[in-house]
Amino acid sequence: MKPESIYFFGTCLIDLIYPKAGVSAVQLLQREGVKVIYPQAQTCCGQPAWNSGYRNEARKVARAQIQLFPKNIPIVIPSGSCAGMMKTHYPELFKGEPDEADALKVANRVYELTEFLVDVLKVQLQDLGQAVEVAVHTSCSARREMGVADKIEQLLGQLSNVDVKEQAYKAECCGFGGTFAVKQPEISAAMVTDKTQHIRATGAAQLVSQDCGCLMNISGAFAYQAEHEGKSAPKAQHIAEFLWERTHG
Amino acid sequence: MSKARANILQRLTAVERPVVDLSARESLSRFDWDKAERIRRFTERMQAVRAEVHQADRANWLDTVATICQQKGLNNLLLSPTTEWGQAITQNAERFPTLKYYERSIEDWKQEMFYEVDAGLTSTLGGIAETGTLILWSSPDEPRTLSLVPPIHIAILETDKLYSTFAEAVQEQGWLEQGLPTNALLISGPSRSADIAQVLAYGVHGPKELVVVLV
Amino acid sequence: MAKPTEFRVDVEKALGKTEIRAHFRKAMDTLMINRRNQFPDDAALQALRTQAQAIRANALSKLPELLQQLETNLIKNGVQVHWAETTDEANQIVLGIMQKHNAKSIIKGKSMVSEEMGLNHFLEERGIEALESDLGEFIIQLDGETPSHIIMPAIHKSKEQISALFHEKFPDIPYTDNVDELTASARRILRDKFYAAPVGLSGVNFAVAETGTLCLVENEGNGRMSTTIPPVHIAVTGIEKVVEKLSDIPSLLSILPRSATGQPITTYFNMISGPRKPDEKDGPTEVHLVLLDNGRSRIYSDPELLATLRCIRCGACINHCPVYVRIGGHSYGTVYPGPIGTILEPQKSGLSVHGELIQASSLCGACGEVCPVRIPIPNIINRLRYDSVRKDTENTPTQEAGTRRKSLEAATWKAWSWAASTPSVYNFGSKTATQLRGLVPNNLGAWTSVRSAPKLAEQTLHQQLKTLGVDHE
Ligand code: SF4
Repeated sequence: MKPESIYFFGTCLIDLIYPKAGVSAVQLLQREGVKVIYPQAQTCCGQPAWNSGYRNEARKVARAQIQLFPKNIPIVIPSGSCAGMMKTHYPELFKGEPDEADALKVANRVYELTEFLVDVLKVQLQDLGQAVEVAVHTSCSARREMGVADKIEQLLGQLSNVDVKEQAYKAECCGFGGTFAVKQPEISAAMVTDKTQHIRATGAAQLVSQDCGCLMNISGAFAYQAEHEGKSAPKAQHIAEFLWERTHG
Repeated sequence: MSKARANILQRLTAVERPVVDLSARESLSRFDWDKAERIRRFTERMQAVRAEVHQADRANWLDTVATICQQKGLNNLLLSPTTEWGQAITQNAERFPTLKYYERSIEDWKQEMFYEVDAGLTSTLGGIAETGTLILWSSPDEPRTLSLVPPIHIAILETDKLYSTFAEAVQEQGWLEQGLPTNALLISGPSRSADIAQVLAYGVHGPKELVVVLV
Repeated sequence: MAKPTEFRVDVEKALGKTEIRAHFRKAMDTLMINRRNQFPDDAALQALRTQAQAIRANALSKLPELLQQLETNLIKNGVQVHWAETTDEANQIVLGIMQKHNAKSIIKGKSMVSEEMGLNHFLEERGIEALESDLGEFIIQLDGETPSHIIMPAIHKSKEQISALFHEKFPDIPYTDNVDELTASARRILRDKFYAAPVGLSGVNFAVAETGTLCLVENEGNGRMSTTIPPVHIAVTGIEKVVEKLSDIPSLLSILPRSATGQPITTYFNMISGPRKPDEKDGPTEVHLVLLDNGRSRIYSDPELLATLRCIRCGACINHCPVYVRIGGHSYGTVYPGPIGTILEPQKSGLSVHGELIQASSLCGACGEVCPVRIPIPNIINRLRYDSVRKDTENTPTQEAGTRRKSLEAATWKAWSWAASTPSVYNFGSKTATQLRGLVPNNLGAWTSVRSAPKLAEQTLHQQLKTLGVDHE
């Protein structure tokens, strides 16, 4: 059943670097007749600290977030990794804490955006764009933590002018991994370099993903290679932005 | 009792044990394959790993084994004279290469066993269709090395003893009730390795060829 | 306490030339494809994983009782059982047995626990020859190396390298790069060694408490040779390898080789329940089992870390790891490489020596997805990262917990958590940052060695949605 209203958690990366993805996601949701509530006090899900082993610091930030969603309505997040943090790791992070129950109430209502569009809203999209070939990168958290890897393709499948090209090693990590990219720069660089090669080899003009972490990593590498090696740089966009651009009149 | 033992056990018992959900533990995959299907699958699996499978019956298995020996150009064949198969072969010795019998402890004829035997013939306790597997239990009559040291292993498998899965064989043959032998073996093909650049090579340490005669 | 080590890998150097990297990637690809082909039905795979997990978890929940039952049954079967708290104790036990028999050499089937013990080195220092007989182990021993993979120890070597190595070490054998011929040479050399060896050593894949049986999985037959030909057989194993019942074995055997190399079953499954009986004609007259703890009982004491001990050493996590495929096993500098090594090694030896390994993961989850006993490897890495910087070190059994806490990093996270849990501060900060985005340097160190720096937006999402009039409560 389609909910009347939902909470939107925009994620810090979208807030600071990719706000257009957030705005597009809100517009997509609103177009389906859903009232979107964006608590202005939201900041970050706490994942960076959680993945770095700073659990107390992660909990402090997470604690500030779980207060923001009092109504029993879905919480939609345009990121597999932040959704995964709230859905699967909040229960661990708050285990035995006085507000464990509150954390669980949040965790149980979390949806990743593409999952929500497909499974709950059952959107029907009308493609208004030019013919384009697109490669998809599904984040590891969307794939393995949230189990929503196929949703993005289901959405793209509704767009008549979009041709999805499959790259080699599609399910392999792009090498972002949050602080991994900083702590193990050489390995991370090798991974993202391979990833860009595989995507470029499809000939797709455009890359979409449901996670801005991966996008920042991959598109950063594309831009670098364009600048320093004269290679082509497929346009990289969050799936929400891509969908909104192609479907709004 | 050793100090290490006491310390290890003391540390392990001091821990509050987790509760384990055992509901998933017993579920066994079962297949309702009839005999023909079990034979088909067994044969297919065995051949996939380069084992030879010959179909025979009670009337002609001796011919089959004799032909195999001939085709492989065996100078000799090692076997137990006491098994049903061994007895029959012994009685028809003239149709076979020189027969050698595993009658002494290995120490007494290790040199010959290691370097002069062309092939070993064994019975089997049964087979497994799912994986293409022979079941062998070591015994005074048919010791472990009979299926291990000679470069060719010829095994006779009665199709009545072909089970769908390993679990089924263990259960229906009552392994637990019988008590295990010093060495129970599952053999699913000739010895092989892919340790050199993932290229398959046969006959690394065990037999290079495995020949199964289905009876 | 050792000074905390750092783990930084030069990918170019780690796997050498481009062809070797390509060869290595292809090897891993093949393993992944073979595994996938073994599990065409995902639901059946998931059911089998759940079952394997239950079998191993059950065994661990009864570990001390099962170890005692195993011991009782093994002794009844005529096997001598030894317990070792440390690798040094385990080595001494092996040495003691060797000395009792006046044995000057030992031939080994594949055993990762013996690698963990550093047994070869230990024995060689005492004038005893330890010879590897698994083809892969034999090859790397020739080259003075250690295994780079727990299942395929020589996976990092190309055919050409192995051919050259054989030629160098056995000049009498004409040079060949034919794999069959190389294998035949190894067979001949090792046959003679098996013939003469006074003692054979093996690992254990599963030990059945109910029957007192040691199970070994292998393809080559060297495991059978090592446990059959020499008059004395010594098996070494970690204490976690025990399972309760014989009926547990078929399921584990069904999932292990399929996960490991994508084979439906290995060529040999060898179940040893005792030495040669008086009326038997072959087999060792003495069988010993060495049960090694080496930190396992410490891991056992933590309900979250305990899952590590479910491992059946299939290597699937290694084959599927995007980090491992790029750096190879030796870069880890540990006995167990890849994801399993990443969680096991720091728990075994403490966070000082190998604690840096826990950073060598992007937490992509590929390992946990394929693990046949559902070990949540990424969660355990996360937990160890916590252990490595936590202050309440008394609440974890992990040794040298907290030793990787660096004050600057800790202070940064603290400041971050204050800002990100105080909306006014966060919003002020983010707004200011975007306004000053022109000042963000283009050089962000490691990040910008292969990537351009990300650009902050002109306006945050907070600001834009406010402008658009999106409700905030
Ligand atoms: S952790 Fe899991 S996947 Fe890795 S070796 Fe152990 S059992 Fe296999």
